[in-house]
Amino acid sequence: MPSVTYIENNGSEHKVEVAVGLSLMEGAVNNLVPGIDADCGGACACATCHIYVDPEWQSKTGNKTDMEVTMLDFAEAAEETSRLACQIKVTEDLDGLVVRLPIAQF
Amino acid sequence: MSVANDQNSKLPGAWDIPLEDIDVSDPLLFQTQQHFEYFERLRKEDPVHYCKDSEFGAYWSVTKFNDIVAVDTNHKAFSSDKTINIGDADPDFEVPMFIAMDQPKHDIQRKAVTPAVAPINLAKLEAIIRTRVCTILDSLPVGESFDWVDKVSIELTTQMLATLFDFPWEDRRKLTRWSDVATASPDEVRPDGTIVVDEQRRAELIECLEYFMNLWSSRSENYDGTDFISLLATNPDTREMSQDPMHFLGNLILLIVGGNDTTRNSISGGVLALNQNPAEYDKLRANPDIIPNMVSEIIRWVTPLGHMRRTALEDVELGGKQIKKGDRVVMWYISGNRDEDVIENANQFLIDRDKARHHVSFGFGIHRCMGNRVAEMQLKILWEEIMKRFEKVEVIGEPERMHSNFVMGITEMQVMLHPLK
Repeated sequence: MPSVTYIENNGSEHKVEVAVGLSLMEGAVNNLVPGIDADCGGACACATCHIYVDPEWQSKTGNKTDMEVTMLDFAEAAEETSRLACQIKVTEDLDGLVVRLPIAQF
Repeated sequence: MSVANDQNSKLPGAWDIPLEDIDVSDPLLFQTQQHFEYFERLRKEDPVHYCKDSEFGAYWSVTKFNDIVAVDTNHKAFSSDKTINIGDADPDFEVPMFIAMDQPKHDIQRKAVTPAVAPINLAKLEAIIRTRVCTILDSLPVGESFDWVDKVSIELTTQMLATLFDFPWEDRRKLTRWSDVATASPDEVRPDGTIVVDEQRRAELIECLEYFMNLWSSRSENYDGTDFISLLATNPDTREMSQDPMHFLGNLILLIVGGNDTTRNSISGGVLALNQNPAEYDKLRANPDIIPNMVSEIIRWVTPLGHMRRTALEDVELGGKQIKKGDRVVMWYISGNRDEDVIENANQFLIDRDKARHHVSFGFGIHRCMGNRVAEMQLKILWEEIMKRFEKVEVIGEPERMHSNFVMGITEMQVMLHPLK
């Protein structure tokens, strides 16, 4: 299974394995990675699974939909590299991915 | 049409009338708590239900969790413009507010005030809120009954709101009054026996506007506060708002009601739910670390705002029904939160529930509750401090409930405190 590293805002790293086909949000929640709330359960409707994806991975994590862009627009401390973890499906290409978490979900 | 405002005069049972005659907009249903069985029937038999005639006109009811999410996130087909309540906006007293606007206007105004309630700002407020909670709890009478709603729920949320507006402290109960006036049903009898008629409502809200106009003018220049008024008065996108007084008033009402009625009723409703479910109260006493999870469960259980309404901008199919352009579409959050297909044992109050955050009380999409983190923080601190002091907050008798299909409110609830042994 591809491995994904989630880095909390305080620097704590969580390297976990996530099955292909699951979302990065599910990968975090299933492995009890703190800092992802996922209030809406993966419907791209709440922006509480906000993460930052480093630019070098962006070609592999795909593009944001209009809805994702809209929801991120209201998230705290959103940047160009911001994504919603529920909108990125894990593929073999994402093996070794590193994502960072914001200071808080909002 | 006016209905009797009497908690004892019940409406027919949900299964005793033809499906097509069901009208869940009747405020009496909520006051008597019969709405749960009505919504249970709709979820089972007709989850997207059309009511052809009501006090508020014809409307669709959306009662299932996933259908609610679908409507709430489809901003292109379902508009919030003019009103988010089942009844249409008062044409003689239009008060535009950003919750009742579509993109892009909504986005600009919402973003201007969001920093006040974002987690980074809230972290700065946590200590002061805790101090206030302690002061309130330590001033309560022990061993005699008193009204928890007035002394705790209203007091705490009003203090929070005064902070978010940087509102003159001694006048803070004006905020409570303006909130109550703004949400009163047309025929509602208030706990103090008064009826809020339209004329009086307008007069009191104009008083609210005038009060805030004075605050605005003192904060519009060289002011770096993070309160709502300073943020609006200094943001380039919103600093002209005071020149459109009704527009300013609309947003004031939104921020006052949003921060007041909602958390107030989660505070009262949580105490009531724990009293009605003693095994859950035992779990809490055994493990206060469960409080953050319990807070989400309380907010689901109470569902402080029972519905949000949209207006269809185009013909849409939902749940096999044809919604026509222009139709009123009501998302019943109070029903979605009891949907057994999404929430296991949805009709049980379980403070250690798995995925407790997965509820619809805050709504979804661009209009999702902006103050959700303030609400959660207030409830969390309150319960942490309650558990340090009291073995039980015991509810005495039956609470009084609000005559409203919007605010799921408790207007009075007598309690007795039992200190820790």
